[in-house]
Amino acid sequence: MEKELTLNIKQIDPYRWKIEKEGGMRVEGIVYADSRIMEEIKRDLSLRQVANVATLPGIVRASLAMPDIHEGYGFPIGGVAAFDETGVISPGGVGYDINCGVRVLRSNLRREEIQDMMKELVNTLFRNIPTGVGSHRKDLKLGIEEEKGLLRQGARWAVSRGYGYERDLDHIEERGCIQGADPGEVSDRAMERGRAQVGTLGSGNHFVEVDVISEIYDEKLASTLGLELGGVAVQVHTGSRGLGYQVCDDFIGVMLRAASKYGIELVDRQLCCAPIDSEEGRRYFAAMACAANFAFTNRQMITHWVRESFSHMLKRPSEDLGLELIYDVCHNIAKFETHNVDGKPAKLCVHRKGATRALPPGHPQTPAAYREIGQPVLIPGDMGRCSYVLVGTEAASQETFASSCHGAGRVMSRTQATKRAKGKNILREMEDMGIIVRASGWDTLAEEIPEAYKDVTEVVNVVHNAGIARKVVQLKPLGVIKG
Amino acid sequence: MKESASRRYKVLEHTADLALEVYGRDLKELFGNAAFALFDVVTDLSRVEERVERTVRLRAFDLEQLLVNWLNELLYYHEVEQLLFKRFEVRGLESDNLEAVAYGESFREGRHIILTSPKAVTHHKIEVVEVPEGWRARVIIDL
Repeated sequence: MEKELTLNIKQIDPYRWKIEKEGGMRVEGIVYADSRIMEEIKRDLSLRQVANVATLPGIVRASLAMPDIHEGYGFPIGGVAAFDETGVISPGGVGYDINCGVRVLRSNLRREEIQDMMKELVNTLFRNIPTGVGSHRKDLKLGIEEEKGLLRQGARWAVSRGYGYERDLDHIEERGCIQGADPGEVSDRAMERGRAQVGTLGSGNHFVEVDVISEIYDEKLASTLGLELGGVAVQVHTGSRGLGYQVCDDFIGVMLRAASKYGIELVDRQLCCAPIDSEEGRRYFAAMACAANFAFTNRQMITHWVRESFSHMLKRPSEDLGLELIYDVCHNIAKFETHNVDGKPAKLCVHRKGATRALPPGHPQTPAAYREIGQPVLIPGDMGRCSYVLVGTEAASQETFASSCHGAGRVMSRTQATKRAKGKNILREMEDMGIIVRASGWDTLAEEIPEAYKDVTEVVNVVHNAGIARKVVQLKPLGVIKG
Repeated sequence: MKESASRRYKVLEHTADLALEVYGRDLKELFGNAAFALFDVVTDLSRVEERVERTVRLRAFDLEQLLVNWLNELLYYHEVEQLLFKRFEVRGLESDNLEAVAYGESFREGRHIILTSPKAVTHHKIEVVEVPEGWRARVIIDL
């Protein structure tokens, strides 16, 4: 595959670009970016991938790309594609880490109350939340039947076993359970990987982070979310671990065969897929939903240990600390959702790969507490800079199947980052910036240096200015644990 | 890059993930070196001893898929049994099947270090090609 320059790209306004429909494209491509980010995006194959996705059967309206887009397996990371009932479902449109996602907890705590105990708090989190290779909670052992229940029920499974509160479920996308999950479609190997890793954080870009609210963009929205300047919040970022990777890998094999069986013409083999309404399509969805539910459960369990850690350190019951779940979003998912197409509601299979659902105010699926402001959109940044909480908008509902960006996206390869980090004491540097970091792998830390990422502020400003999400608050890290 | 490893593989620049270019005089060596490369980025292999072995038998519809499956199989043992492998004997290898034995030991806190934890070996831009010196492969690992 060449870096073809034949794409016909036109700027629509300062934050929107169009890839004109050409060749086999069934719809156009729309990219959300400013001129500077666009230059960066052009450096890899991601725009070609946006155009490639537009060739798939049943794609509706446009192949969409968020400002944090970069090259991925077949589909770009930072892409959104929706298909009608004649369309397809594809593991490449979801990614390996199924339902990699993030949640944010608020608290009644002020930064001053935890400042002096930060090191110990981070150590406590690191001890309570399994991170490295083979690490696992000694108090957690899962049988196969229990695991099946977990995969069917998602976060509710965790709540029913004492991990968190019933009300947490109201603040999770799809209430922490994608319907239609069938453990019968999950391979033994994936099941085994799941049992070994349930309730673990994992490595790479996954983290638990203690933050301070460092800037408020909209007082009213912030107070509806229970966030105020100088307050403490916590982010949990992880996904479906080995179970999800195994489901993806298992079904790439299935989909390569299915695509040729159903005569789906693929401009790139990595777009392998099956009709939504086919045996293979239904099986993938049922397995993917299991992986997604595993990820919801994982974040729910980790949340419980976060609450326990805070409670232990502050010697107060966690309910006193007000560690309430603001929201939990999926960043990698395929879901059936209803969106207006040409003025009529249509049931679509929306693939978000490195993108966040962003429901507008008034939407029936926006939790009651946020009905007037829109669904919280959670955008984690790198460990040295900041993260953002936004809310969904009507424009997102009209243009992007209610979707927005998901994060920063790398600008440096891991080898570049490791080279850049060589000879540096990253832990010390972070500490000088007022951020306590614990990580189980040295390379992880080197690869995750802040410079390796796009500045998430630029990404968030694009979606805010384009109107497909609204900035509410900025979070700055105080303490981070990484795998 | 460790010197002894440089003839066996090199790390390519790739923004999102880890890309490896692997070399071998023949296909068996190529597959062995690919597995070596995978664990060389995971841990310091000089600290790993040969205490356990795992036999792997696989089928796939082409060489590319076979390579991805082989590496993912080893990653599976790494994840579920915390095994670190350092030596590989590829006993049988055809375009659609493989038999190999991997030698290594379980991860021990204090003894071994984890440099990188791969999520999965992907099919993204996978390539296995014959070159004048033998064989060359490219694999991208999702981290």
